[in-house]
Amino acid sequence: MVPIEYYLWLSATLFSIGVLGVLYRRNAIVIFMCIELMLNAVNLVMVAFSNYLNDPAGQVFVFFIMAVAAAEVAVGLAILVMTFRNTKSTDINMLNRLKW
Amino acid sequence: MITNLFYFLSFVAVLSALMVVFSRNPVYSVLYLIITFFAIAGHYVLMQAEFLAVVHVIVYAGAIMVLFLYVIMLLNLNRESEPHKSNILKFAAAICSGLLLVVLVGSLRGTELLKHSEAGEVSSTMGGVKNLGKVLFTDFLFPFEIASVLLLAAMVGVVMLAKAEKKTNL
Repeated sequence: MVPIEYYLWLSATLFSIGVLGVLYRRNAIVIFMCIELMLNAVNLVMVAFSNYLNDPAGQVFVFFIMAVAAAEVAVGLAILVMTFRNTKSTDINMLNRLKW
Repeated sequence: MITNLFYFLSFVAVLSALMVVFSRNPVYSVLYLIITFFAIAGHYVLMQAEFLAVVHVIVYAGAIMVLFLYVIMLLNLNRESEPHKSNILKFAAAICSGLLLVVLVGSLRGTELLKHSEAGEVSSTMGGVKNLGKVLFTDFLFPFEIASVLLLAAMVGVVMLAKAEKKTNL
């Protein structure tokens, strides 16, 4: 059986790659995908601990996170389509006029 | 055997996650993200969470990624015309995420190991449909019903948001 620490390192790495993508790219769709990557890193460590402690509650939490992620992606992409209609671009820097 | 499989799946997941960030074309990013999700589903199978592995493949690779691909095709973004951030911002992004990784690993390294489960042996049927369904419909029945309301609200919101506004378009 793989030690629990290895899963911790793996999911920390995946989470950091997700943060890197959010900071690195300007395309809003790629930023959404990197947020999905971060959610999956958290899911992975939840399943690892659920398996380690022999407690099915962790896997049920992952199930709920998947439902919330699906709703989040649907609403986010709809907002993206709306902004694309207005600005003709998915560049995240075009949205800085939301400040005013 | 299982350790080698773990290393292989981790390597695939991290490499394709890096390719999601660094590939120029958003369509390639989606395809690499699907590879990452399959690798994570393989990890779930290794951890005897078969039900979650199947649900993960169906929901993420089957539904969410198809949604992303549809939006990319709808907006006609399958070209490499994205403006890029300046080099100093890219460098700062790499430094920030590297520091986050250092903080996460450093804070988790010193922790004391949790006690392994009292039952000792990990039961192989814990992640099965029967056991998870029993837990989901007894202990977590109320959150389960709330999740259905959440999905309904998301569906109504998406239809309202993405509906074409006829007055402004005409």
